[in-house]
Amino acid sequence: MSEYVRQMPDAVGPLTRPPGVARALHVDLPLLLLLLLLTAYGLVVLYSASGQSMDAVLRQGRFFTVAYLGMFVVAQFSPVRWSRWSPWGYLLGVLLLVAVAFVGVGAKGAQRWLDLGGFRFQPSEIMKLAVPMTIAWYLGNRMLPPGPKYIAACLVIIAVPAGLIVRQPDLGTSLLIAASGLFGIFMAGIGWRFIIGAALTAVFSAWPAWMFLLKDYQKQRILTLLNPESDKLGAGWNIIQSKTAIGSGGWSGKGWTQGTQSQLDFLPESHTDFIIAVLAEEFGLRGVLILMGLYLLILLRAFWIGLHAQSSYGRILCGSITLTFFVYIFVNMGMVAGLLPVVGVPLPLVSAGGTSIVTLMAGFGLLMAVSTEKRVVRQ
Amino acid sequence: MASRIALKDPQREQRIYGARTVTALLLVMLFLALLLGRYYTLQISDYETYRTASERNRVQLQPLPPKRGLIFDRNGVLLADNRPSYTLSLILERVDDLDGTLRELAALLPIDEDDLQKFHTRARQRRPYEHVPLRFRLDDEEQARIAVNRHRLPGVVIDAQLQRHYPFGPLFAHALGYVGRINSQEMDRIDQAEYRGTFHIGKIGIERRYEEELHGTVGYQTVESNAHGRVLRVLERFDPQPGRNLVLHLDYELQRVAHNALAGRRGAVVAIDPLTGGVLALVSTPSFDANLFVNGISSRDYNALRDSPDVPLFNRTVQGQYPPGSTVKPMIAMAGLESELVDPAFTVPDPGWYRLPGDSRRYRDWILRIRGGGHAPEVDLKMAIAESCDVYFYDLARRLTIDGMHDYLKDYGLGQRTGIDTTAERPGVLPSTAWKRRAMNQPWYPGETLSAGIGQGYMLATPVQLAVATSIVATRGEHRQPRLVRSLGDEALEAPLEEPVIARGENWDAVVEAMREVVHGQRGTAKAISRNMSYEMAGKTGTAQVIGIAQDAVYDEDAIDERHRNHGLFIAFAPLDAPTIALAVIVENGGGSSAAYPIARTVIDAWLAGEAG
Repeated sequence: MSEYVRQMPDAVGPLTRPPGVARALHVDLPLLLLLLLLTAYGLVVLYSASGQSMDAVLRQGRFFTVAYLGMFVVAQFSPVRWSRWSPWGYLLGVLLLVAVAFVGVGAKGAQRWLDLGGFRFQPSEIMKLAVPMTIAWYLGNRMLPPGPKYIAACLVIIAVPAGLIVRQPDLGTSLLIAASGLFGIFMAGIGWRFIIGAALTAVFSAWPAWMFLLKDYQKQRILTLLNPESDKLGAGWNIIQSKTAIGSGGWSGKGWTQGTQSQLDFLPESHTDFIIAVLAEEFGLRGVLILMGLYLLILLRAFWIGLHAQSSYGRILCGSITLTFFVYIFVNMGMVAGLLPVVGVPLPLVSAGGTSIVTLMAGFGLLMAVSTEKRVVRQ
Repeated sequence: MASRIALKDPQREQRIYGARTVTALLLVMLFLALLLGRYYTLQISDYETYRTASERNRVQLQPLPPKRGLIFDRNGVLLADNRPSYTLSLILERVDDLDGTLRELAALLPIDEDDLQKFHTRARQRRPYEHVPLRFRLDDEEQARIAVNRHRLPGVVIDAQLQRHYPFGPLFAHALGYVGRINSQEMDRIDQAEYRGTFHIGKIGIERRYEEELHGTVGYQTVESNAHGRVLRVLERFDPQPGRNLVLHLDYELQRVAHNALAGRRGAVVAIDPLTGGVLALVSTPSFDANLFVNGISSRDYNALRDSPDVPLFNRTVQGQYPPGSTVKPMIAMAGLESELVDPAFTVPDPGWYRLPGDSRRYRDWILRIRGGGHAPEVDLKMAIAESCDVYFYDLARRLTIDGMHDYLKDYGLGQRTGIDTTAERPGVLPSTAWKRRAMNQPWYPGETLSAGIGQGYMLATPVQLAVATSIVATRGEHRQPRLVRSLGDEALEAPLEEPVIARGENWDAVVEAMREVVHGQRGTAKAISRNMSYEMAGKTGTAQVIGIAQDAVYDEDAIDERHRNHGLFIAFAPLDAPTIALAVIVENGGGSSAAYPIARTVIDAWLAGEAG
């Protein structure tokens, strides 16, 4: 019944407008604009959070320069190509993760890095994009919604890197990567019965996981979350101090660079994972709302790009990247506010740190590639 | 059916994707709302709680302990000072290797097990950024050793505090008392807010009596500090009010002279300015170094002081209660004159002993042992005092009765605390029939009246009481409470006046003349000191039979003979016409007054020379 229409995607919006410079450069202007606003906001907060260090801001600025360039480069290649490269990138990533397990370097009991002649590199970063890309590649070439066989194959694709990363050990990253793959399956239209089944399985496997899988420090994090007051000077200190910072910001905040919690070092990791507490303290709930608003607009634009993608690959990838981006936001803002355990997830595009920014911006590069893919023109 | 053709159906896929996007968007909105709710709760609902917590984090109230008042002698010589004392502390969060650091430190300066144990106890109670003391009272060399090695010892700091120091150690220990670390009983007594940041408090003596004035008023500052406890800026400051400085009546030079004159003896000297009641010298020997007590005396040092048979911790000037012996005779003579039982011409026959009517027992005069007879066939008042005739005073005592003597002598301050501004003063004993009934539940026997007439028996007086009584005679009746402190800061203190002794002038003249005779008379008991004296002195010797001083002294078998010798006493004032010093001297087991009056001469010489110069 759909023989005629299925070849003809409904192409109304974009094609009616003449392709401009932005399209020629493979840049999604609304998304770029929003990202620039967020970047600027983040740098303002970082200046204060780093103890008013212009050096920290310039360093972060350099990362952003690299990241924007990376995004631009990524956007130049069509989703068709990215789709073709996806499994190879995935294979490379898995090999590197195996290498980490044998020759990796690390700190504090975790072995996460490869030392490439002075340049330290975390292969799990590759996987943050390679997994959703590979899922999108795999499912994009299948009949959708995916059947049990394909779902099983996807779970294997997800489990291999997730398993390697959880052994490093890096539970937080492993969960995020697994989530990005699962989002791909979800956006591909997996049946609800699988989702509900998986949710029930997860609930009933929580107890054995607690007993046998989690390391003591991971359990400690969860316990501390449940009762931060139990260890005021140790594990609970961070959460108490960050909640105090956020709460004392009130509606309008203490003013830029005037946050006592952050400026007087009560706040741990104030320029990295806990930077939202600095923002909340100094700009108040007002500032938090502005940040959430920016994030929401970015998410809406990303969803919009996904809805208008030309291929299954592009759609699944967009959905996956967008939802993963949101998970970063939620986990970070939730953990700093004491809703979730402290898992070491940066606040996307605001926290200081090079690799996460580059990875995230590369993800947005993929979105732009999808957004500016050449339309299949009617006739 | 579409699945059977195995062809992709983009429209269906898009529809499914659209539905999933809507679901995802709804979930995103839901979770965003959750986050928003959380931030709303923290920032709006619980704002006050967290604002308070953040203020408490940031702002700390720090006590600023006041500087303790200094103590000067009458000429501005500093007697009690505040000096920096250095404490070795560790800041645990900056120490990389605690055991290693402690080992290094132990190699640099002595640290014993006790120090380590206390350090670990303290370390457990403090935050990682706080200073945990390890060793107190570093000397210069130890400080230098730490300073040289500091680069190798991260987290090791030396803290300075002001601490009481007594530059003259034993010389003023009894006069000033000392401060020590606040103990738990004192903690309950004091206003703890006033003592925040203060570790020492006056324990005895002037330091205790004037604690409130010396301590001052604590100040506060609110400071902003970071998470490491480092103070970044002072937000508000209320300066402490330093304690008030004390200027004493004591004269450093006179104190030193008296101390040296008593050197090697157990005894006391109390010298008073009769015109002001100011105490010019207050010496009790042997003494001790008051600095030992400031930071907690070691048990070895303390046991040595406590167990010494010479009881150096005992302040003989106010705690020592001795039979005054013949030194009360001038006062009893005044009682006889005033009650008109005697006049200067009245005489008593003196065979060298006395017998109560209807009693066969002979009460002997001390001279009997020496001459085998009395002082003279008939003894008048002047001779009775100058030669210390016991028979005259046996007779007078009998006629005065014990209660009559009590009523006169109490006006001279005997049997009651003088009210001197120090601590631990004892009242002595001025016996009466009522006193004996009260204290011993026994009747008074007539023979005891005779003993009292020569300052023996139950009668006990402290050196400061005798000095006050002497001062009353010197001023012909003015009775002042003795005072160590002359002024508090700029405020001059007056010695409070007590009920004066009212007596006729000619009676004072007679007694003072007799006391002059003690020193300057041909047969005066203290005529030995009149040689080359450029002024006139009135005095009275005394010899007290030892019945043990009122304290728990441990008697050494080998020293038992020496310790059974009589105490030597002497009271005096000078110059005769316009007295500027009145004193009492006691030398325990000195054998007789000859041990005491040379000391009085030395002290008075020094005082009058100082006044002239």
